[in-house]
Amino acid sequence: MFHSSFEAFESFLFVPDKVTNRGAHIRDAIDLKRTMTVVIIALMPALLFGMWNVGYQHSIAFGIKDWTLIQTFVFGFLKVFPIIVVSYVVGLGIEFAFAQIRHHEVNEGFLVTGMLIPLIMPVDVPLWMVGLATAFSVVIGKEVFGGTGMNVFNPALLARAFVFFAYPSKMSGDLVWISGLAGGHGMVDGFSGATPLAIAATGAGETAHNMTVSQLVSHLPSASDMFLGFIPGSIGETSTLAILIGAAILMITGIGSWKIIVSVFAGGFGMALLLNAFGANPYMQIPAYYHLIMGGFAFGAVFMATDPVTGAQTEKGKWIYGFLIGVMAILIRVLNPAYPEGMMLAILLLNTFASLIDHYVVQSNIRRRLRRATNA
Amino acid sequence: MSKVIKIRKGLDIKLAGKAEKVLERLEISSTYAVKPTDFTGLVPKLLIKPEDKVKAGTPLFFDKYKPEILFTSPISGSVKAVNRGERRAILEVVIEADGAQDYEKFEVASQESQSREEVKTILLKSGIWPGIKQRPYAIVANPVDVPKAIFISGLDTSPLAPDLDFSVNGEEGALQKGFDILHKLTDGKVHLTIPADRSATSVFAKIKGVEMHEITGPHPAGNVGIQIHHIEPLNKGEVVWTLDPWTVIFIGRLFLNGVYDASKVISLAGSEVLKPRYYRLISGASISRLIEGRVSDGSNRFISGNVLTGQRVPSHGYLGFYDNQLTVIPEGKHFEFLGWAAPGFNKYSASRTFFSKLLPIKSFRLDTNMNGGERAFVMTGQYEKVFPMDIYPVHLLKAILAEDVEAMENLGIYEVAEEDFALCEFVCTSKIEVQEIVRKGLDLMIKEMN
Repeated sequence: MFHSSFEAFESFLFVPDKVTNRGAHIRDAIDLKRTMTVVIIALMPALLFGMWNVGYQHSIAFGIKDWTLIQTFVFGFLKVFPIIVVSYVVGLGIEFAFAQIRHHEVNEGFLVTGMLIPLIMPVDVPLWMVGLATAFSVVIGKEVFGGTGMNVFNPALLARAFVFFAYPSKMSGDLVWISGLAGGHGMVDGFSGATPLAIAATGAGETAHNMTVSQLVSHLPSASDMFLGFIPGSIGETSTLAILIGAAILMITGIGSWKIIVSVFAGGFGMALLLNAFGANPYMQIPAYYHLIMGGFAFGAVFMATDPVTGAQTEKGKWIYGFLIGVMAILIRVLNPAYPEGMMLAILLLNTFASLIDHYVVQSNIRRRLRRATNA
Repeated sequence: MSKVIKIRKGLDIKLAGKAEKVLERLEISSTYAVKPTDFTGLVPKLLIKPEDKVKAGTPLFFDKYKPEILFTSPISGSVKAVNRGERRAILEVVIEADGAQDYEKFEVASQESQSREEVKTILLKSGIWPGIKQRPYAIVANPVDVPKAIFISGLDTSPLAPDLDFSVNGEEGALQKGFDILHKLTDGKVHLTIPADRSATSVFAKIKGVEMHEITGPHPAGNVGIQIHHIEPLNKGEVVWTLDPWTVIFIGRLFLNGVYDASKVISLAGSEVLKPRYYRLISGASISRLIEGRVSDGSNRFISGNVLTGQRVPSHGYLGFYDNQLTVIPEGKHFEFLGWAAPGFNKYSASRTFFSKLLPIKSFRLDTNMNGGERAFVMTGQYEKVFPMDIYPVHLLKAILAEDVEAMENLGIYEVAEEDFALCEFVCTSKIEVQEIVRKGLDLMIKEMN
């Protein structure tokens, strides 16, 4: 009766003793668990840095000078770990229940989703919201479409989009990104807590339109701070360096499509350059590479766009899919003041179009075959 | 020389136990079998009963739907048993050899005077015909067709495959004769593909009157389907025939000597074979004599054919009709504690997710473990890396699962066979039985087209 749950635990502990029966007599050593493990490992640098940064940002905001590295990390760990636990418990609980009802094996996909969800949340997000968002993304985002492998939208991003639209006050503004800031007392005078994206979109205290680009840039953290990640933001998204280490792991192992990662960055950089060329306001004029190290761009490019289920599945399609994500993300960021972060919406948008892109790629193959037949 | 076909996608699985180029003598086996299950979709009708005396070339059964296709005994002796399986389906017709090897005599006049119909009749009567396969569908060729062309692959790139150059050595006369006869069966060309690095030395390079092609690259470069795709891709409504070199030799012997002489050289290979080598035997031979004292103890799997596409046979089973090799690998019925998390210094994977990729390991001893449970299809781009055709494998497979005949046609179902997808099945992260799906698709097409 609890076969699928038993299988899940058994295969977690042991690679099963099942032998080939039909078809090829030998099989590759890789399985889905291994694949997902690689992604989890790739997420580790961003997660560990994110935990440290939670403590670091808190210490800056509240003027704490004497924390050691360990203290800083432990502070962040204690803030982040409960979010991870909630995400896994809720998500895996639902996955096991569905596997039981449908009599199929528990798929490992949620091992990654469950780690991605905490990494794209602001640190002060209430835990019940994380639980609700996870439940929403697993049930509405995945299981209604038929479970792992069938979903249209990236489940982790759907969880974030859910919180973003359902509880905007907890997911935007300047006070949610640093632990303890929403309480509003004890922080350093004049500290804003705004993310670089928010500064870029609205300026610091005055509208960005009244500033020159050099004034705007002077309000932003330095490029090296943004690249290394010493900035406020969602837990896992701040350090472009840590994310790039993850990207290297994904690309070297071949688990994440290098085509998608490269083309997202290319699309984003290209679009930012194009906006530079127009240069109608200071935000359009900021250096193009700033866009790649601000906000969730890098995280989305490396860990979200590369989801093989919701992305384009043809190799040609992957180039187009990735490039358009990059373009749309920057477009939404710069030209739509309502949403400072464009990456989430860009990826969800292209998730919708991924199968359309594939359709045209496959159609061209079909036309080639038909042409060959008529010429013969 | 024609231009070299370069195959870039594919995979040579580094298996332990490749056969050394030594031809060993073997005592003649006592029993032989013809297995109707070797022929896709065949419904056999018996022509003999147990105890009947047969010669090499005596018909044993025929195809219910194409009665002109006969399946004959490879050996002279007496019918020992007709083994049946579920619902009384015939699994094996077993012949006990009498050691005399008497042949049925077939009238072969001089080649020039024989018409296409006469050649076909002799091929059908002798029982060599089922060795000719057709594309589309990868089934025994339909005798009423005139194929657009005939394709023969002069190399086998599958894991631990016999070196055809070595094994057909000494059969040049029969081989040339066989190719000459094949010209009678088509108005088009007879294509022969040889490995580019042996374009001068190969036994096949000396064959005259054929359209010669050279190919390089990893498996499945040796698959005739891949070669057809790159030489002259098959379109809807067209039919081509394919043969393996041994069938060409059998045809040559038939027209030289008037007999069905199915003796061939096969390789005994695999990590569990003590001394992997080549052996001469007659098609359909029992493997028990072959493996006696030549394989390691322990739980082994015997595979007639290669590890990707071969059929599992018991230790007292028989070599398949089309197979030129017997592979022996260990069974993998064991648990591995946290195996998915281990660094994997000794695991073989096409992916780069195990540390063994960093080590200079020359060959691996792979067993039959699935290495994971079957899961939903998640990873993309995997099949494409080992599938060197201008076809989208995943989309084709999905069309098959959806039984969308038009989409299957559009996506290239006519060009493929199970064997072309074997590597996709090997590399699949989700452990999906890809070859079975392809066969289902081909069977569905056969049904739809008739």
